[in-house]
Amino acid sequence: MSATPESVLHDGAAAIAAAVREGRMSPRSVVEASFARAEEVDAGPNGLNCILSSDLNSSLHAVESAPVGGALAGVPFVLKDNIATTTLNTSCGSKILEGYVSPYDSTVARKLRAAGAILVGKGNMDEFAMGSSTEFSAFGPSRNPIDRTRVPGGSSGGSAASVAAGIVPIAFGSETGGSVRQPAAFCGVVGVKPTYGRISRFGLVAFASSLDNIGVFGRTVDDAARAMEVVSGDDALHDATSARLAAPELRTDSRDLAGVVIGKPKEYFPASLTPAMRAHCERAIDALRARGAEIRDVSLPHTDLALPVYYIIAPAECSANLARFDGVRYGLRMEGEGLRGMYEATRSTGFGTEVTRRILLGTYVLSAGYYDAYYRKAQDVRALIAKDFTDVWASGVHALFTPTTAAPAFTIGAISDPYEMYLCDLFTVSANLAEVPAISVPIGRIDGLPVGGQVIAPKFDERMMFRISYALESELGQAAHT
Amino acid sequence: MAVSKDDVRHIAGLARIGVAEERLDSLVTELNGILAHMDVLQKVNSAGAAAKADALRTGMPLGADHAPSVALERPIAQIAPPTRALDGAPMPSVIDGFFLVPRLATHEDAGDAS
Amino acid sequence: MSAAYEMIVGLEVHVQLKTRTKAFCRCSTSFGDPPNTNTCPVCLALPGALPVLNERAVELAARAALALGLEVHERSIFARKNYFYPDLPKGYQISQFDRPLAERGALAIGGGRSIGITRIHMEEDAGKSVHDRFPGFTAIDLNRAGVPLIEIVSEPEIRSSAEAGAYLRALKEILSYAEVSDVSMEEGSLRVDANVSARPVGETALRTRTEIKNLNSFSNVERALELEFARHVSVHESGGTIVQQTMLFDAHKNEVRGARSKEGSHDYRYFPEPDLPPLVLTSEWIQGVRYGLPEFPAARRARYAASYAMGETDAEVLTSSRALGDYFEKVASAAGDPKLAANWVMGEVSAALNESETEIGAFAVPPAALGELIALVKNGALSNTAAKTVFATMLKEGGTARLIAERDGLLQVGDDSALVAWIDEVWAEHPDEAARFAGGERKLQGVLVGFVMKKSKGRADPKKVNQLLGARAGT
Repeated sequence: MSATPESVLHDGAAAIAAAVREGRMSPRSVVEASFARAEEVDAGPNGLNCILSSDLNSSLHAVESAPVGGALAGVPFVLKDNIATTTLNTSCGSKILEGYVSPYDSTVARKLRAAGAILVGKGNMDEFAMGSSTEFSAFGPSRNPIDRTRVPGGSSGGSAASVAAGIVPIAFGSETGGSVRQPAAFCGVVGVKPTYGRISRFGLVAFASSLDNIGVFGRTVDDAARAMEVVSGDDALHDATSARLAAPELRTDSRDLAGVVIGKPKEYFPASLTPAMRAHCERAIDALRARGAEIRDVSLPHTDLALPVYYIIAPAECSANLARFDGVRYGLRMEGEGLRGMYEATRSTGFGTEVTRRILLGTYVLSAGYYDAYYRKAQDVRALIAKDFTDVWASGVHALFTPTTAAPAFTIGAISDPYEMYLCDLFTVSANLAEVPAISVPIGRIDGLPVGGQVIAPKFDERMMFRISYALESELGQAAHT
Repeated sequence: MAVSKDDVRHIAGLARIGVAEERLDSLVTELNGILAHMDVLQKVNSAGAAAKADALRTGMPLGADHAPSVALERPIAQIAPPTRALDGAPMPSVIDGFFLVPRLATHEDAGDAS
Repeated sequence: MSAAYEMIVGLEVHVQLKTRTKAFCRCSTSFGDPPNTNTCPVCLALPGALPVLNERAVELAARAALALGLEVHERSIFARKNYFYPDLPKGYQISQFDRPLAERGALAIGGGRSIGITRIHMEEDAGKSVHDRFPGFTAIDLNRAGVPLIEIVSEPEIRSSAEAGAYLRALKEILSYAEVSDVSMEEGSLRVDANVSARPVGETALRTRTEIKNLNSFSNVERALELEFARHVSVHESGGTIVQQTMLFDAHKNEVRGARSKEGSHDYRYFPEPDLPPLVLTSEWIQGVRYGLPEFPAARRARYAASYAMGETDAEVLTSSRALGDYFEKVASAAGDPKLAANWVMGEVSAALNESETEIGAFAVPPAALGELIALVKNGALSNTAAKTVFATMLKEGGTARLIAERDGLLQVGDDSALVAWIDEVWAEHPDEAARFAGGERKLQGVLVGFVMKKSKGRADPKKVNQLLGARAGT
């Protein structure tokens, strides 16, 4: 039986690229199938609303010039709406950038195009990536493809949902405190946050520069690895925080973990963790053991300080990063009394509630008289959190395993208190503060809703992280989705 | 530490975000709700930790003076915001290549506006 | 009354570095292009753009710091200075705050006085706001946004307006010699803010200061300081208090007045720039920049005095720019006579430069060619008059002195038979003078030499003519 565009879309990026390379499938038909799938699930009042802008003609136009020999030849993908592209909008889920089309491409978009991949849409998101549910998008919330009454997680919810719903095999999001791993867990797909600096941020609209990463979604570990290989690598010409390292080879045929020591940090398995979540994690840990890994109890003593630190540093940086949205050169402009009136009208109209709250919080913690107590203190504690990780690696542990979130996706509208929403990042935020790579892999379902397990590795050891993920995915098999 | 209504007014001014008077009370509550979670940091002995970590960071890469700049695929007039005056009349945001903003008498009005 | 008070001044000087491209992007820094044409995603602060620091800017900043004797730190940190203004596209300026590039230097300003330099840090310029072009609007041009600057902060050790002027002139001279900047106040590549206070002589604590901005020439700096100092003194004398604030100097009205902004209401919320890791320079790199520094004017003047026995005034003129000094030294070595070389450079060359309004760097006569010309004068092959004619030709047509002199028949004739023939002709044409001369009337020798020179069209070697005439005088 021969593959159809619909079936390869489901088989994943590797299958599509192979079929296109060997001339068995036209990239055009794959792109059309992707649009057809989006049409089916995304639009309408009960649709997923995971894609904010798309244009079939521009995607088909891209197909014309795409190299068919590329690593991702003919593979349709979604980019989060905060990654700059010269086709489609880059609105960051915000009214202040509604309709904005970037006059330059992000490094990631450039690399994907060179690899033959085809951009088919921009993924919905919490405004400026501030949120954990994609409810804070100015263009309406996205829905979880597994259960449409629930959130897909966030802030990269649109990208995660587009993979989970089968619109695309791979998608790209951004992470500042868990915005790829958490929606990946909620949607039952693989989500990767690489080491800080591994993927160029050039063209990623900044939220908190020292924490921001571009991340990758795939339905399988292998697709995620493939996508990561394409977008990784040194970009010192455009991003001074980009690591001076070539893209690593992440794919491996090994599914064996003999000699690998995996730490189980006690702070990520608190007494409050639900029995169901605990059981899924234990099953995953058994799977790792079954492949030969040694599991060791470890401690990251400063873990409970990660959220307070994060919610000082991220708003502080965001308060400066979002100052450029002033109505002068692009985006929304609202007139007011004089220049100051224009600024205030533009920014109060253009920014939503959560973004406003964080800008104010960030302005406060940086302001005269408070800097030392908040920002400087947070930087010091951030260093202690990072040291927790290096101490664990120094003790002979190769990676850590934890739950990605404490619970599966919640119902749309269920969380209204800001700090309660911030708690969604509890298990993910430390990796951003410590700049280490982390991945969320599906490990099962609770009441039909996906949950994820997280593998955290030392800086720039994405190879170890993927090796463990491959083995986990392989050992769990269908159990990962039940 | 807790913020007052005046603090919120002040930081909203610094951030150039117009906040309606009736929104101030709830913002005070929300911000203090968040800030209360930060108090735990004050008990941590962390002095000098960031400086120690910073000393280990590798330096930034530098760009050659003669490297090419990133091209704009569309002119600024096409990315500039559509705009209209308070009375609803259309207002330019780019003329003769300049970005236009409501008139400032002198450069010093900026300081006044801060 | 002001005799009892002393002026306390510290200067903050912003200097534009002479790079081809901007500090954090590779847009051109060229001056005078149509508005917003030298812009890119980075300097327009488009969403997603990131800064990458210009290597050359770092090198020039380090050169400036080392030239002024500062210690260049192996690690320095960039910071964001946050404020809203339409010509500041990111809403923050990338600058340096608590970890600047360089600290602790000093600048000699003559008279044995030296002014401490607190620090030099790197930062980017803002764009230009044009207030008078479109009625009702301020127009923004971001061509200048992101151009690399250094800010040079002096200690409050300047004690008079004259010292402020001397400090600025010395600073300009060194920065110009180090080739880090065009240091032109007219083009805005050098800008000065002055912090002033006044205190009774003998008091040690500093009193409240004010900051004067809008100073667009060195003489305006001096005028503004005098005015503001006088204001401080009269406020103190009348028992009032000086309010710390920003002042503006109005050159037309010759007055200093308070800006409308309230000092202290600024809250720049500095924090480390997360888009830029620390700037790390190795000690070898810093040493390399140090080795690359030129000889500075004071050292050069001392050397001219020692090895050329040159007077102070001449040395001052010849070192007034690095390029002029370089030119002079090449001429001197090619001519083999520094004294003649100095006279030529300060005389003919300066006149020609003035007339054609060119810089020495673009001067038509290369130093080696001028040196050859002077050598010809020195060894007697060319008269001074003929040399000036040759020089004028070289200016117009280029070429080398000897070839031009030969072609135009300007070389001196020292051959006895030719000279004797001319003298014989003069004897025949002026028998009366010749006879009187032969008879012992020695004062006629000059007249006769003149006749010979005229006959030879200036080519006769006057020394030899004198010798030969002396023989005919029969003494």
